[in-house]
Amino acid sequence: MSEHISSVKLYVSIWIALLIGTGLTVFAATIDLGPFNPIVALAIATTKAVLVVLFFMHVKYTHEKLTKLVIAAAIFFFLILIALSMADYTTRLWT
Amino acid sequence: MATAVLESSERETYLNREYGIKSWLLTVDHKRIALLYLIGITLFFFIGGFFALLIRLELLTPAGDLVQADTYNKLFTMHGQVMVFFFLIPAVPAVLGNFLIPIMIGARDLAFPRINLLSWYLYMGGGVLMLYTILNGGVDTGWTFYTPLSTEFLKTNVVTAALAVFVAGFSSILTGLNFIVTTHRMRAPGMTWNRLPLFVWAHYATSLIQILGTPVLAITLVLVALERVFHLGIFNPSLGGDPLLFQHLFWFYSHPAVYIMILPGMGIVSEIVCCFARKRIFGYKAMAMALLGIAVVGFLVWAHHMFVAGISLYAAMIFSLLSYFVAVPSAIKVFNWTATMYKGSITYQTPMLYAFGFVGLFTIGGLTGLFLAALGIDVHVTDTYFVVAHFHYIMVGGMVMAYLGGMHFWWPKISGRMYPEGWGRLAALLVFVGFNLTFFPQFVLGYMGMPRRYWDYSHMPEFQILNVLSTAGATVLAVGYLLPMIYFLWSMRYGKPAPANPWNAAGLEWTIPSPPTTFNFDEQPVVTWEAYNYDEIKEEVPVAN
Amino acid sequence: MPTSPAATVQGEAHENPALLHHFATAEQQKDAASLGMWIFLVTEVMFFGGMFCAYLVYRYWYFGDFAAGSSSISLTLGTINTAVLICSSLTVAMAVRCAQVGKQKAIVVCLILTIILGLAFLGIKGVEYYQKFAENHIPGQASFHLDGHVPRHPDIPVNQRHAQIYFSLYFAMTGMHALHMIIGVGLFMYLMYKAWKGVYGPDYYTPLENGGLYWHFVDIVWIYLFPLLYLIDRHP
Repeated sequence: MSEHISSVKLYVSIWIALLIGTGLTVFAATIDLGPFNPIVALAIATTKAVLVVLFFMHVKYTHEKLTKLVIAAAIFFFLILIALSMADYTTRLWT
Repeated sequence: MATAVLESSERETYLNREYGIKSWLLTVDHKRIALLYLIGITLFFFIGGFFALLIRLELLTPAGDLVQADTYNKLFTMHGQVMVFFFLIPAVPAVLGNFLIPIMIGARDLAFPRINLLSWYLYMGGGVLMLYTILNGGVDTGWTFYTPLSTEFLKTNVVTAALAVFVAGFSSILTGLNFIVTTHRMRAPGMTWNRLPLFVWAHYATSLIQILGTPVLAITLVLVALERVFHLGIFNPSLGGDPLLFQHLFWFYSHPAVYIMILPGMGIVSEIVCCFARKRIFGYKAMAMALLGIAVVGFLVWAHHMFVAGISLYAAMIFSLLSYFVAVPSAIKVFNWTATMYKGSITYQTPMLYAFGFVGLFTIGGLTGLFLAALGIDVHVTDTYFVVAHFHYIMVGGMVMAYLGGMHFWWPKISGRMYPEGWGRLAALLVFVGFNLTFFPQFVLGYMGMPRRYWDYSHMPEFQILNVLSTAGATVLAVGYLLPMIYFLWSMRYGKPAPANPWNAAGLEWTIPSPPTTFNFDEQPVVTWEAYNYDEIKEEVPVAN
Repeated sequence: MPTSPAATVQGEAHENPALLHHFATAEQQKDAASLGMWIFLVTEVMFFGGMFCAYLVYRYWYFGDFAAGSSSISLTLGTINTAVLICSSLTVAMAVRCAQVGKQKAIVVCLILTIILGLAFLGIKGVEYYQKFAENHIPGQASFHLDGHVPRHPDIPVNQRHAQIYFSLYFAMTGMHALHMIIGVGLFMYLMYKAWKGVYGPDYYTPLENGGLYWHFVDIVWIYLFPLLYLIDRHP
């Protein structure tokens, strides 16, 4: 098998990054960032998710373009569900 | 292939390789699984049809005099649920798709044969739950399970019905998963994406919808069940919830679901039209892209089912516009089928009769969908028989006809027998006439204002004549549906043995014996020709019988 | 696209006992299994996605009551659980790596650790659920009552109906997540048994890899659930 084998060092680094991210997100929640609190929280969460996908799930080292297309499709249709539903909820009170 | 020498009773086929109930219930052969599905599909078709007949009988007279109002609610609910979830969605993929896709791509089986068997057990499990629901007093929420009626006010079997649909939904998801992986990974050498039969493309597009949409329905039904059991308020306005949220989540799946129902039928029609016009499909790439286009754009239009439910006007306008877009790829397909037939060498065997029926009736259904996509019109005809007629033109005039056409077209391959062509044509004609007589009056009824889901229309007695016509049509339609049941069964014993390629059609499935062996191909084929290479095949189509 | 040579029905000599009859090569089988797992994860994204959509709608409508509900669940336990799950993702990634480099005993150790961490997560979750029960924060119960006011608005009391929607979604989302974890733990027990029997090595570790993909996905769901449920409006 010509699979890429990640080093233990890489896995541990990602693990540490994820733990730091967790601490960071808790810390950021305790400061008043106004409307940016949820944005920062989601940005950190997304960064963590990206690290898991790329390194723990080996997507960074895969030769299969299809895998990336599949992930993109999942994200795209999930966002469609959210965006078009919210298009209704956010405009209901418009006159 | 020199296998035509032996009668199918003498050589080994997937049917006679092993006998006994265990060899069927524990099979992983995609062809046997397809037949297992066929039994369930047929059973549920007739159950759903039985409910339809009762509905039409009630509507013969304006007064509600055959059944009580609550019973009538149960009739149309169970007609819808059984037909949608246990017939329309699984029928073509699980029967014809399962049987044909591996053969069409030159493979020995689907990518995951055991998951295929699991899919069947899930389908039957969901079916048992549905039968239990029906026998235990039924459910009357409408097939759409709208809240808070379904979560708070009804005492009927809502949870078991939701569970039945949930389980059947997982069958659907696994089938879709299997087809996608199969199409990507199991194609024979030389079978490139651009050489795939459109039947395979159609199932690929269908499978995309199945895996993306069905899970949303699944979680929504879970929430409905939780709400009902634990008295939560997620969809209940008196507890702070929004009933429209249920509708958003429900229709996010259920609109793409209608494309799950129709796309496989479109795949069938492409195969049939090319064979009986003796021509390559006009615009192969456009047809394949249109299938994908319908699948993708179909996810963007769901709230057109909610125009009068209370969504914002701006959202309604967005969804109305998007709904117009989704008609474009469908129209492209209709144009291309027509262009394929133009200057073709057309013969009128039973499958082709059904294909013609499909193209015409689907077009009418699709056009009336555009009427409904216009906000101004929808406000008047929503929740009337206009909508009922619209979707029956597509589902029955389109999808069921395609299913029957496909069953006739591939019956020789599946069973090794020819069906009686005369009876086939008669049945097709009865179906066409019966269908139009049943559903065209409903366009007029809806336009005139008759609401749907009403058990009693005695305040509008002028609607009776059209309702009587509709019921008469339904009777003719029922005869048209019963005939194939009878002669297909008859043909398994007395039908003429079928050669490998009775239609002189293009496609890998016609290069192997009828019925096939368990592993389909003796040697893995290497494909060097394009799809629908009718210009390279002999001219005449052997006339069956 | 598979470029396998033509195979006869009788089959080639299958040296690899894991190769199933309908595949031409082991690589085709692995690629199929891999794609199958990724597509399954797509269905899971949409499955959880429906609940995230519901959550988003009601957080938009009832932000204050959601914030009150969020402040009433244990931040400490939630943070610990997040760390536990992150550690379990590391251990399962290591399990796959051990298979890739042929350290078969180490696979078992890594899987045991993963299972222990998974069970720890579930245990802590159980404690959290019990806390909610003890505080009368179970939605749909007549005894439900979330005391206090909307965070940073002492003049606005909590709307009990809206708060119940928060808790409905809290239990539905974390409950569904926990169910997936239980399935994952069961899956790893099976994989651990197979690993102990020596089935996995550099030539064949597909089930491990796919089990890992599933577990990482469940981890990612929690990575989003944690800030959305626990950190709505925690600042003074």
